[in-house]
Amino acid sequence: MKPAAERFHEQADRALDLVQLQGALHRTTSRFVDLRLAAVSERPDWESLRTRARAARLEAIAHLDRYLEQFEASVQANGGTVWWARTAEEACQHVTAIARRRGVKIAVKSKSMATEEIGLNHALEDAGVTPVETDLGEYIIQLAHDAPSHFLAPAIHWTKERVGDLFARTLGVPLTTEPGELTAIARRTLRERFLTASMGITGANFAVAETGTIVVVENEGNARLATSLPPVHVAVIGIDKIVPRFADLDPLLSVLPRSATGQRLSSYVNILNGMRRPGETDGPEEFHVVLLDNGRSRLLADPEARESLLCIRCAACLGVCPVYRRAGGHAYGWVYQGPIGAVVTPGLLGVDAARELPFASSLCGACRDACPIKIDIPRMLLHFRKEAAELPPEPGTVGRWPLRVAGWVMASPARFRLAGRIGYWLQRAAGGGQWFAPGPAARWARWRSVPQLAARPLRDLVKDR
Amino acid sequence: MRIALFATCVVDQVLPEIGLAALTVLDRIGCSAEFPQDQTCCGQPFYNAGHRGEAARLARATVKILDAFDAVVVPSGSCAAMIRVHYADLLPAGDPSHDAARSVAAKTFEFSEFVSRQPQAADLDAACSARLTMHDGCHSLRELGVRDQPRRLLGNVEGCELVELDDRQQCCGFGGSFSVSFDRISADMGNAKVDAIVATGAEALVSCDPSCLLQIKGILDRRGLEIEILHLAQVLASDRHVS
Repeated sequence: MKPAAERFHEQADRALDLVQLQGALHRTTSRFVDLRLAAVSERPDWESLRTRARAARLEAIAHLDRYLEQFEASVQANGGTVWWARTAEEACQHVTAIARRRGVKIAVKSKSMATEEIGLNHALEDAGVTPVETDLGEYIIQLAHDAPSHFLAPAIHWTKERVGDLFARTLGVPLTTEPGELTAIARRTLRERFLTASMGITGANFAVAETGTIVVVENEGNARLATSLPPVHVAVIGIDKIVPRFADLDPLLSVLPRSATGQRLSSYVNILNGMRRPGETDGPEEFHVVLLDNGRSRLLADPEARESLLCIRCAACLGVCPVYRRAGGHAYGWVYQGPIGAVVTPGLLGVDAARELPFASSLCGACRDACPIKIDIPRMLLHFRKEAAELPPEPGTVGRWPLRVAGWVMASPARFRLAGRIGYWLQRAAGGGQWFAPGPAARWARWRSVPQLAARPLRDLVKDR
Repeated sequence: MRIALFATCVVDQVLPEIGLAALTVLDRIGCSAEFPQDQTCCGQPFYNAGHRGEAARLARATVKILDAFDAVVVPSGSCAAMIRVHYADLLPAGDPSHDAARSVAAKTFEFSEFVSRQPQAADLDAACSARLTMHDGCHSLRELGVRDQPRRLLGNVEGCELVELDDRQQCCGFGGSFSVSFDRISADMGNAKVDAIVATGAEALVSCDPSCLLQIKGILDRRGLEIEILHLAQVLASDRHVS
């Protein structure tokens, strides 16, 4: 997916204008939040689970070099192949090379943000391979040539009415808006694709260094089909998905489905140890893992942003974020949305490609509370704000000088007092009432009455006490 | 014991009545505070904008003023959190003001936090026969863990009835410069908060965060709603009847 993380305002405004979208966003995120809270409340040991899950992730990231090599050796010992990809292009080349060698015409895909991130579908099409998304949400997105707006529920911005229209238009089926029927239509169409595809492509939620196991968590059974029916399975996995030991899956699989969808466990947890072994009846003939860096080692090298690599993509932070719930996912301009997206996107792409994102937050901290890994997202937003403020100002903007002047004023009590007095008299001269100044004050006044500076500041009033 | 009132720039210039009320309450519980005339701003607006240089300059000046006191009371959860939580990042080890920042952080309290710790707080003779609702500032709530303290204090106020907001931990949408750089989203959040306030039937909204109060008041006024906004200190300092 091509990044467009520089147009938050435009996209957010568009989202705010769409009543239907606002309704869909609010309904679905509220439902996710309620389900999550209910599932979490079932575990009185939730805090200690969070601590254990975080410890497992911290351990992995602290020694990522070692665990990645261990993972590679374990996959190879299981008979699989590991490909290292520094960039999106390299990752796509690895996958298309495998497809070409095997003469693949159709590849079925389960939901994978890593493959969205590298734009794999385009690369496959260019290589003459038809990629078919098999997660219902991703399938909708693919049919509509849309982009995911939520990394867990990619079609969260779609209503059942629009899906009904889309299916009728693109699949030639009778119009229906009944979710069960819509799902059945998708299942029928996709089942035939599963049977004809010669490659299955997935991501992974976790990759276990100790055993070479990959774990794919899902609810539709499509990842299970994609990893067992086609003769070739390729998993594209960010290097941050490593966990040291199989036992680490205990806390991680306990917090992930609860935080993501409010489930105790997702309907399918695919624990995959490579390809079919002699005497086994199913599973692929070939198993490939593409380990994707694509900016992650840059995040790893930054002690202030490294914590973002602990994320397990449960999307709990999206559901609780008052900004995400209004702006919608497309405003974030890339694959990772919401509070964690506002950190990961500048982290992976460079802050110059997403300079607005770290500011798209009231810093309320609801994300940090909801995060099962206790990632301090607001702190990293502040870090990227600092990085953004250090960039040369964008042409046509005022840049740093207003805050420099404000800082200079604030640095002296006398100047601060004087500025307050001047402001008070200007405000009075402008009618005492609403004061429509250019720039920031106007944007405040568009929606709110403007606060009035006090006739006498506290520093003067206290002298009369 | 010398106590400083770090009033914050918003209270100093826009809502000085909150500062006066805080001083009155502190007098009544035997913890009279001084207003150091050198104070300006804790630096949070600059810090949140990514301008660490200006923020650090203000933070150094602030800790220099406040370190002379035994305790610092801040009638703003957000500014108290800036001093207590963020100064350590802003003035890290190696900064000439690091030690002073740590020392000030350890003796800085949000207003309700400080007052509720004083034994005399139970004897505050406040009365306010009104139906009130309460908004928790996000930084009070999530960075300082202030949640029960203001409610306990309101519980001692004669005649006041507290009705909690629906979805009460939702942000009001202020967020400093966020309120102007993402004005539409900010205002939408504020409007949702005001809807919740209206639904309680309260005559006044109480908070421990003046900047949240500015956001909420701005929307109440624009919508022509006659619901009063009050800092907790004003409720505790008053024996008047909110109409």
